[in-house]
Amino acid sequence: MKKTKKKPRRMIAAHAVPARKETLPVLKPVDAPETDSSAEAPLPKFRRNAVEMATKQREISVSEFFSKNRHLLGFSNPTKAMLTAVKEAVDNSLDACEEAGVLPEVKVEVKQVAEDRFRIAVEDNGPGIVRAQIPKIFGKLLYGSKFHRLKMSRGQQGIGISAAGLYGQLTTGKPMQIISRIGPKRPAHYFEIHIDTAKNNPEVLKDEERPWEKEHGTRVEIEMEGRYSKAGHSIEDYLKQTLIANPHVRVEYQPPGEPAATYERASDALPAEPREIKPHPYGVELGILVKMLKETKSHWVKGFLTSEFCRVSPRIAEEICQRALIKPEMRVRRVSREEVDRIFRAIQETKIMAPPTDCIVPIGEEKLLAGLKNLIQADFYTATTRTPSVYRGNPFLIEAGLAYGGALPADEPVQLFRYANRVPLLYQKSACAITESVIEVDWRNYALQQPKKSVPIAPAIFIIHIASVWVPFTSESKEAVAAYPEIMKEIKLALMDCGRRLQGHIRHQRRQENELERRSIFEKYSGILAQSLHELTGTSASKLQEDLKRIAKKTTGLAEDAAVQVALAPVAPAPSNGNDGGGNGK
Amino acid sequence: MSSKTSKAVIQRLRGAAGEVVKTIQKGKNPSIGIPLRTLANVKWNEKRFIIEMGNAKQERFFFNVSMAKKFMQTFLVASSCQDLIESQKSASIRELFYMTKRSVADTKENTFEEQDESDEIIEDVEVAVNALREELNLKAAKKGSLVGDITIVDKGDTIDARRMGSGGWAIPSIVEPEIIQFRKCDAKFVLLVEKDALWERLNEDKFWQKHKCILLTGNGQPPRGIRRLLNRFVTELKLPVYVFVDNDPWGYYIYSVVKQGSINLAYESIRMAVPQAKFIGLSSYDRESYPFLDEVDIKLEEQDISRAKQILEYPWFQKKEWQREIRNMLKTGVKFELEALAKKRISFVSEEYLPKKIKDKDFLD
Repeated sequence: MKKTKKKPRRMIAAHAVPARKETLPVLKPVDAPETDSSAEAPLPKFRRNAVEMATKQREISVSEFFSKNRHLLGFSNPTKAMLTAVKEAVDNSLDACEEAGVLPEVKVEVKQVAEDRFRIAVEDNGPGIVRAQIPKIFGKLLYGSKFHRLKMSRGQQGIGISAAGLYGQLTTGKPMQIISRIGPKRPAHYFEIHIDTAKNNPEVLKDEERPWEKEHGTRVEIEMEGRYSKAGHSIEDYLKQTLIANPHVRVEYQPPGEPAATYERASDALPAEPREIKPHPYGVELGILVKMLKETKSHWVKGFLTSEFCRVSPRIAEEICQRALIKPEMRVRRVSREEVDRIFRAIQETKIMAPPTDCIVPIGEEKLLAGLKNLIQADFYTATTRTPSVYRGNPFLIEAGLAYGGALPADEPVQLFRYANRVPLLYQKSACAITESVIEVDWRNYALQQPKKSVPIAPAIFIIHIASVWVPFTSESKEAVAAYPEIMKEIKLALMDCGRRLQGHIRHQRRQENELERRSIFEKYSGILAQSLHELTGTSASKLQEDLKRIAKKTTGLAEDAAVQVALAPVAPAPSNGNDGGGNGK
Repeated sequence: MSSKTSKAVIQRLRGAAGEVVKTIQKGKNPSIGIPLRTLANVKWNEKRFIIEMGNAKQERFFFNVSMAKKFMQTFLVASSCQDLIESQKSASIRELFYMTKRSVADTKENTFEEQDESDEIIEDVEVAVNALREELNLKAAKKGSLVGDITIVDKGDTIDARRMGSGGWAIPSIVEPEIIQFRKCDAKFVLLVEKDALWERLNEDKFWQKHKCILLTGNGQPPRGIRRLLNRFVTELKLPVYVFVDNDPWGYYIYSVVKQGSINLAYESIRMAVPQAKFIGLSSYDRESYPFLDEVDIKLEEQDISRAKQILEYPWFQKKEWQREIRNMLKTGVKFELEALAKKRISFVSEEYLPKKIKDKDFLD
């Protein structure tokens, strides 16, 4: 049992850092059982000896591993499982639409089949999937296009949607149903797929052409054990949160036993397409460096360094080699383990320009505001986009926004909407660097109440978005952001920026309330004053009262403009384009 | 009240309101100037020997959160006073409180919650339009009795103050010449007694008959009517006035109010003050002449001591003999009540104490 326990740890470690080639689906045990040549010699008297134990040691597949550790991927309870399934499918749809350059239209349906059984369907207007790829994408864990590249996208590992299908299969025995079409002149393909958990391979139960009204797009249906929740972590909340950060998305939602709801888009502009980048040397761990050396097509160390990493010029590559006491022309295949160590250390000691940051596409202040206003009723909105920054060689960017006042509850902690690459993070709030950063800001400086070591108490919703080619999550279920100091610093700066503008609004509001109160005092007494003056002078009381009212309005003029306030930064910091010399990735 | 005075007062009330209306019509913040009735704004006029009001004024604005209500109240009271004068009725200040009390614009708030509030506004109106309370047809509660060798006409009725029995004539709060006129007077002086009990003693002993005087009491701090009446006795009948009070700081102060006027009503000093009034007793030195007083003294309390020290500082108590008197009280640490004189015998005060003081001219001025 000892060895099977070891494997999951290695698998996770591999996901947490960028990797290059498709080598992961099945992991072979490091030391596979082998038969001892001196089989005849007697063995010590263990309860079970190594030979006996060897008979039980065998390869396990990722699918099998998942079926036993479903919580790692967000399927720990029926409510969460349903939400995770919807979330994975919607993430995939949005990524596909955006990559194809289509304004996303997503339809989410949840139908109750039995007491604890639901059928969820997610349909998009994306580019569709070619017939040959459909079984692999949905029927094989860790198959996808996103893991092997450093590009900002919602999904990362290619584990989500197939895991959702597997969960359905495990709890109901029903296959996943997929229909996809790649163009109006092409047929729509309908599949029913099972996952062979032992081999991590798709098992196609049905493959046929079917008529479908959509010109292009994909629809996935999964039946699963679940529980439909309307409070707390509900599908509806998730969709709304998604729409705030993705105002270009239109969603139709059909909840079980309730009328359908349509959320129209607040913006017609697709986000710009993120650029793919090579890893930055500072972000690479020793193990990954070893692996990259093994897999590179370059012949020389110098060539390897310049072609596999960003920001490494021939001069920088020579500098690294010199520091590592290695000839730049040394053959990659002949680099020893010790020499890799030296190269690794040399990289850390060499000053290398920060990675390009145009690979990150922010939501943008205006779109974030549009999203907020579209879904949240409040008195005041603001948003800010920071300039990109770098943690461990990975470029990232923080955006923050907030909605304040209106119908939001005044005596409760502020609601935090956390996002990573435009995807809402719904669980593990307290383990997340975003929450931690919110707590570390002293909100009392910005006219909000804040109990010690807590989120402030105010009628507000805070939005924090981290965009990065590689968001450092604390676990595979992608629920919380890891606390890198560079990231937390940026989050706090963004929040403080919003805080300053909010403070301006609160002050203005308080002044306004004061003015209204003042005015009401004057108006209260003006009737009797006008009557008394009328009796003394004969001037018309009603005319006097009108005059008094007019003066009252003039003297308390501030109370006039009670419109919705929006504060924009005077100059929106535009994301720098590529050739930023500043910031040295460390 | 003469219609001439009434007309002038109404003119001044309307004038103040007219200014406010003009300002409002110009779209500006209306205000009314109200002379300050504080210690800082009273002047000690050494020549005339009275307290006079200074020139400091407070502008009361309507469009000022802390002044708005008072501003409204000021004109509410002003318009009610106009009604009273026009209808030739006079009202007590309590009646005026009820006349002007009403709820404000559908709220639970009233124009006045307590009479204290309206009393203060009445004083504001008095000083703002430079009219006496009596000229506004307002009167304070009756609080005082008079007997003596004089005949008085009160609203046409002839009052013989020699035949007032044990109760005396109740002094009205408005004693202006239009209402009260003096007729036959054989009195040689006026004696104002602080306490009703002592006034009754002296009346019972027919002190006023034997010594040909007018005997008054104001039950403590004499009300405006009595002070105005004393002022008229002095100015019209040229009678000397003696003040007979407890030997404590409050007694001294009552004497000083009668003589020079009060800080609060400094604006009325000229018509109310009696600079000629003399202090007849009780003095802190009386115990030297009458050792029996040692048995009936009362220890000074904390607040007596601090009040005495305050009085020591007043400019109108700076005369040598007064400083000596007050310091002696502080030195001995005791005070006496008027009634304490009964210790010797019940009529000691009327038969021995007062006659001796008057004969010896043993007064403080």
